[in-house]
Amino acid sequence: MTELVATTPGLFPLPDWAKDRLSDLKGHQKSDLIAGDETGELAETYDDVRTELVETQIDAGLDRVTEGQGRWDDMLAHPLTVHDSVETRGIVRYYDNNNFYREPVVAGDLTPGGDVAQELEAAATQTDDLQAVLPGPYTLAELATNEHYADRSAFLNAVAEFLAGEVAEFPAHETLFLLEPSLVEDAPEDGFDALASEAIDAVAEATDAEVVVHPFYGALDEKVYAHLMDADVDAIGFDLVANHEQNVYNVQEYGTKDSVALGVVDGQNTLVEDPETVRERFEWFDSQIPAQEFDTVYLTSNTELFYLPVNKAEAKAETLANAADLEEVTQ
Amino acid sequence: MSDNRAQFRPPNHPTDSFLLTTVVGSYPKPKWLNRAEELTDDEEYDFDETHLGEAHDDACRLITNEHERAGLDAVVDGEMRRNEMVEFFAHRIDGYEFNGPVKVWGHNYFDKPSVAEEVEYDEPWLVDEFEFTTGVTDRPVKVPITGPYTLANWAFNEAYESEEELAYDLADLVNEEIERLVDAGARYIQIDEPALATTPDDHAIVGECLEHIVAGIPDDVRIGLHVCYGDYSRIYPEMLEYPVDEYDLELANGNYEQLDVFTADEFTKDLALGVVDAHVAEVESVAEIKENIKRGFEVVPPQRLTVSPDCGLKLLPREVAYAKMENMVQAAREVEAELDAGKIDVGYAGTQAPADD
Repeated sequence: MTELVATTPGLFPLPDWAKDRLSDLKGHQKSDLIAGDETGELAETYDDVRTELVETQIDAGLDRVTEGQGRWDDMLAHPLTVHDSVETRGIVRYYDNNNFYREPVVAGDLTPGGDVAQELEAAATQTDDLQAVLPGPYTLAELATNEHYADRSAFLNAVAEFLAGEVAEFPAHETLFLLEPSLVEDAPEDGFDALASEAIDAVAEATDAEVVVHPFYGALDEKVYAHLMDADVDAIGFDLVANHEQNVYNVQEYGTKDSVALGVVDGQNTLVEDPETVRERFEWFDSQIPAQEFDTVYLTSNTELFYLPVNKAEAKAETLANAADLEEVTQ
Repeated sequence: MSDNRAQFRPPNHPTDSFLLTTVVGSYPKPKWLNRAEELTDDEEYDFDETHLGEAHDDACRLITNEHERAGLDAVVDGEMRRNEMVEFFAHRIDGYEFNGPVKVWGHNYFDKPSVAEEVEYDEPWLVDEFEFTTGVTDRPVKVPITGPYTLANWAFNEAYESEEELAYDLADLVNEEIERLVDAGARYIQIDEPALATTPDDHAIVGECLEHIVAGIPDDVRIGLHVCYGDYSRIYPEMLEYPVDEYDLELANGNYEQLDVFTADEFTKDLALGVVDAHVAEVESVAEIKENIKRGFEVVPPQRLTVSPDCGLKLLPREVAYAKMENMVQAAREVEAELDAGKIDVGYAGTQAPADD
């Protein structure tokens, strides 16, 4: 029997009151962005933000709850931009979006940091359904500039080791989402694709939780997908909003893990899907893979949710929760 | 090519040569206007939309006059009434709705609208402000309008099968607005398409939009296209096919490194060359700007060169914005005199110079 689990890749939009208060407290310039050493009123504000984002997810009825990543000013580059061995330079475009982040330049050893673990510790007091979220090692390495490690593979391994060190500090969590949009947008070349999968393995080994690797903004090149299947993870994610055909092709051609994550809600458009539509998208995918009964199907938005205004992000979370709870439709 | 440029030459222009000087459009708002906008409808203050309208009128008068004092041949009101280049229009077009701010980077947000149903023309967008501005100056007034591709690309599309279809519908609305502006006397329209810089592969969609935009617009109306910094080689020479008179390009910021792009294939339209940097707060000297203007002669002859800043000046301190315009106009006037005297021998200016000089 397949279990439907409603979740998100995290990175929620800041509540509107927090947008104002944080910009008042921090400023608008790139030098004002988060450094990971907040104290006093700023730290308290972020505590309030996290508490509210967790409550929002619980209220929406999601089965997995993230800490919301309200502090991630630099989106998926966050774990590096707050690291002591990293300096941030100019702001650079975040994939093919009208969003920008500070370029992290790694200038020293990527020692374990513990920034992400702290947030999860706090969120764990509010929920038993905790889901940790991290950039996958390939994505984090691609978003950064390496000025310390000998070459690209050494850097990728160092980033993986750093992320594994972060995971080792995490409190108990049900699921770990590793977001890997760069596997789609800046696909690794021949040979490097195998290294990317090994790097994911290294991070996944650090937790006992279910690990979901979630590429998005489209589908993986089939060779990259074939290598990703070698990684010892519990589920791979498929962005059915951006490209359902190539994603289904990859599964039909190369199989998939026992569980699967499906990006069935558009994280970059304000049009709120009906739960029935979401359910139909899952059922369509399921019908294309008749040979397999999945253990768990994670229903999620394809991308992070920070692209949306708050009301729409919340509505999307509710849609996902309602879709997972719908009575099974007879086919 | 239609010669709709002569109408912008001032009646008593002192030189035979004429380089049309203008600005892209936006200009720093006076601090008091920002404060007035913040205080509007705050219950603590007796300051409502009517008062704000008066403040906007005053600011438009002030900045149009500032453009005149700098000596510009074609002036703008500095877009004093506009908050943001998409929001302003989205508020005036039926079909858009606003759900709240979204992140651009850090704590910088944008009230990104959603197109929730088919877009329709409702109230005029710019006719009132155009009539106001022409009423406070004797100079020709240029009207910048955010282009349909950018209006589509910088919104959430809920209602259309594709962003392309949305862009074409919006282009028809822009066309309707331009018809009204032309009826009101406008002769210089600039379409701003900054989104093209980030998605150059869509240049054919922008071209089709422009076909919609100019349909039925008389030839004596000058149509310009402004595209900010990007990789112009991705859209050139294809963009020369667009039905516009002039391209307004940001090249000073990149130190004219992309100029080669425009000399590789003959530039067959007018060039509005960015000769001062809109992103650097140092004011370029007249001598430096003159050299920048001369770079333009490598691409087009003087009679097809318009002189303009790289982009809107609104992010600069106001006194810097003013000084840049003033130096820019002085540089253009000095270059004109040197052209008359046959002292400039650069590219197309050289070949146009009197043969026996």
